[in-house]
Amino acid sequence: MWIYEKKLEYPVRVSKCDPKLAKLLIEQYGGADGELSAALRYLNQRYTIPDRVIGLLTDIGTEEFAHLEMIATMVYKLTKDATPEQLKAAGLGEHYANHDGALFYQNAAGNPWTANYIQAKGDPIADLYEDIAAEEKARATYQFLIDMTDDVDIQDSLKFLREREIVHSLRFREAVEILKTTQGERQVF
Amino acid sequence: MATQPVPKEYYRHLGELQSIDFVLVELTLYLDTHPDDQQALAQFQQFQKRKQVLTQQFEALFGPLKEYGNSPAGTQWTWAQAPWPWQV
Repeated sequence: MWIYEKKLEYPVRVSKCDPKLAKLLIEQYGGADGELSAALRYLNQRYTIPDRVIGLLTDIGTEEFAHLEMIATMVYKLTKDATPEQLKAAGLGEHYANHDGALFYQNAAGNPWTANYIQAKGDPIADLYEDIAAEEKARATYQFLIDMTDDVDIQDSLKFLREREIVHSLRFREAVEILKTTQGERQVF
Repeated sequence: MATQPVPKEYYRHLGELQSIDFVLVELTLYLDTHPDDQQALAQFQQFQKRKQVLTQQFEALFGPLKEYGNSPAGTQWTWAQAPWPWQV
């Protein structure tokens, strides 16, 4: 069961209209290594993963939706006052023609989100190693985004998200260790 | 799209609550992989008490934070009113 809390996990401050930056940030909204992929990956894997790590997958998966909301807030604030001409100049003309100012699950290049971005192998070690990789890819992507903007407010929020990926990766690595300690044991029912 | 403006105090109260809630998120993930850490659990409970105080203050001023009966509704149904988190 999910409950929504009517506040962001961490503040998102935007002081100017910048659709060009929004076009890049959408990579973490609907892209392969973005927050939607992360949330859906973990929340789906959790149904068949060993009991000991279900809590972790549930809790990290839920936090990823909070991150998705932060990215959406950045994109929304960066584009809400943009004219169609400004959007076109920022390379968002095709987006505007289809969606007006609405957000959509696509990456920076305009490719729609796909379940091909995620996997659930059923094998706990395979699943957790995919999760570790996902966090590292997300962390790297946030670093690229941070490198591409001078906006200190946006950078602050992106740095928060980058640090969360580092912590998530650590937790998944610990989960692997937790499972390894009991992998060799004979299960007696 | 006219966004309902919020008073300055909103950001102060929100910021304080976000800080405490972040500690609880972090401790939740930590306890998920370190369930026997009694010190972390004690810290969690301490911050949870603080969260309850701050939540009560925030909701008294600005309305319910959670849906489906997880926050007091108040005398008027303000849950569905703006502003929403991406509008402040």
